[in-house]
Amino acid sequence: MNPRPAWKETWRRFARNKPALLGLLIIALLLFTALFAPLLAPYDFSKTNLDNVEKPPSAEHLLGTDALGRDMLSRIIYGARSVVFVIIVVATISLTFGLLLGAMAGYFGGLSDTLISRLIDFLFAFPDLLFIFFIAATIKPGIVTQLRTIALANQWPWLTEFVRSGYADYLVVIISLSLLGWAGLARLVRGQILALREKEFVLSAQLVGVSNWRIITRYLLPNSLAPILVAISMGLGGIALSEGILAYLGIGLQPPNPSWGIILSDHVVRYWRTWPEMIWMIFIPFIIMAAVVFAFNFVGDGLNEALNPELQ
Amino acid sequence: MTAYLVRRLLWLPVLLILISLVTFALGVYGPGDPVTVMMGLRANPKIIEQVRKEYGFDRPFLVQYFNYVTNAVQGNFGYSLVKYQGQPVGALIAKRLPVTIQLNFVSILWSLPLGIALGVLAALKRGTWIDFIIRGFVILGISLPIIGLMPVLNFAVARKHEIGPLTIGPFLPVGGWEGMFAPHIIMPAFLLGLGILAIFTRQTRAAMIEVMTSDYIRTAHAKGLKEWMVIVKHALRNAMIPLITLIGFVLAGLFAGSFIVEQFFSIPGAGALAYESLLSKDYYVILAFTLMAATIYVIINLLIDITYAFVDPRIRYK
Repeated sequence: MNPRPAWKETWRRFARNKPALLGLLIIALLLFTALFAPLLAPYDFSKTNLDNVEKPPSAEHLLGTDALGRDMLSRIIYGARSVVFVIIVVATISLTFGLLLGAMAGYFGGLSDTLISRLIDFLFAFPDLLFIFFIAATIKPGIVTQLRTIALANQWPWLTEFVRSGYADYLVVIISLSLLGWAGLARLVRGQILALREKEFVLSAQLVGVSNWRIITRYLLPNSLAPILVAISMGLGGIALSEGILAYLGIGLQPPNPSWGIILSDHVVRYWRTWPEMIWMIFIPFIIMAAVVFAFNFVGDGLNEALNPELQ
Repeated sequence: MTAYLVRRLLWLPVLLILISLVTFALGVYGPGDPVTVMMGLRANPKIIEQVRKEYGFDRPFLVQYFNYVTNAVQGNFGYSLVKYQGQPVGALIAKRLPVTIQLNFVSILWSLPLGIALGVLAALKRGTWIDFIIRGFVILGISLPIIGLMPVLNFAVARKHEIGPLTIGPFLPVGGWEGMFAPHIIMPAFLLGLGILAIFTRQTRAAMIEVMTSDYIRTAHAKGLKEWMVIVKHALRNAMIPLITLIGFVLAGLFAGSFIVEQFFSIPGAGALAYESLLSKDYYVILAFTLMAATIYVIINLLIDITYAFVDPRIRYK
């Protein structure tokens, strides 16, 4: 009797929302750029050329060059790769822990609920972005030393190389963003599951002896999917923004790693001097960053309306 | 109500202890052994031993933590290790705090009332082009990355600039600090307020729409009250209640915001100090700043929750 599957109906409502579709397009473009960065970038993003610095856009360098003669377009393309990588890893970690712990707290209640809820309360006791700054600033030297020691102890030259190339920065950013990321999701999932737990369909499933794991994964989580999806898509924009801010402040990704935040901080001071000629170096990363955050917010908004038609 | 209050008040000291424990552990041991961090890897082991004793790093961790907290409660947050070497951290922050407070005060002062007004306007004109523009503006305010917005806006309002102490042409000064009544505050306070404006507009709009469709508003209309009486006395009053919970968000945003904005506009506030210490790895300053911010944040959040429980009885019985 079901005339159309639910997801088709949702998609139809989502597709009516033009900004949300635009958002989806921007995200697709971002993913494409990140995936094919080596093919798309015309130059090596970190290759300096001191004979060709601070040039305005030209046929050779579509977005000009920066103070060290690096190609801006390539830096921005590789910056997309960094931000997508951070978003995917942080979202995966947050989602895994958020779903698992949130569902545990909501479904089992009792001690597990108390422990998990108190842990979440504790994490939210800090002003969020400030906490992220604090973690990122304090853990980096420790992580680098640890990795170096491990590399030395096991005779792993690749790990030494990994640390030396600055990849440990990704670890720092991912840890500091995931630490708070899961907590928000867990709190949401817990609330959803608490509300569903006493419903008849769950009770009857328990009566016929369906396992707890199956009840959580097959009965409870699918039914609380809508708000979780909305929260995630809104959260992804926040992760992108935080990655940029951390890099801008010099406590996230650091050169030679590519990041839009670094491009901004590189030119914030510099461009005052030669004002109109340098403007693209600020405007372009700014507009791209804004577009990405917009996109995730629009998609979240669109999902919210598509999944909760009664809102309109 | 009493049970709720007691539960919250009992949790507060536990939370404060946890916060201080974690910030202390991360702030002092997060970067690795604190003495090695201070002295470098190639320091003479004898001197390292001596410094370790002098600073008390040879004692058990919990003793160190306890000492730090008892000192901190008395306003002694240790000493700066890098840029302001030897100066007490507490005094350093205290000197800079008034600037940050003034800046944040002005940011809230313009953005919060305007946000509520715009939210009410959007709710009343729901579905019209006014609503559409306000909603678009809200999305802008939430999505525009402040780190890019700062230089771009600066570029838009300032015309002539030189590096160093910023001298600006015909429009606005875009750097420095001359107290809260000087025009220097306009740009940073505008930027810090944007987020507050957006969030308050959005929430006020949502709350007003919800309230305006409720039965008692229909009753108020039915008994022939004037439109503005219905809006101000009946609707807005109730729509304001959920806004109380936003104050916590605002505070968190301001802590991080002052960090970024003060540094950019060379405002000598506590945020700029914290930023400097982040870069120079002056861990005692970062530790004290985070600890203080978290403590203020926790206490204000508690006050918000209690106020909320007083105003909205439904919360107490959850």
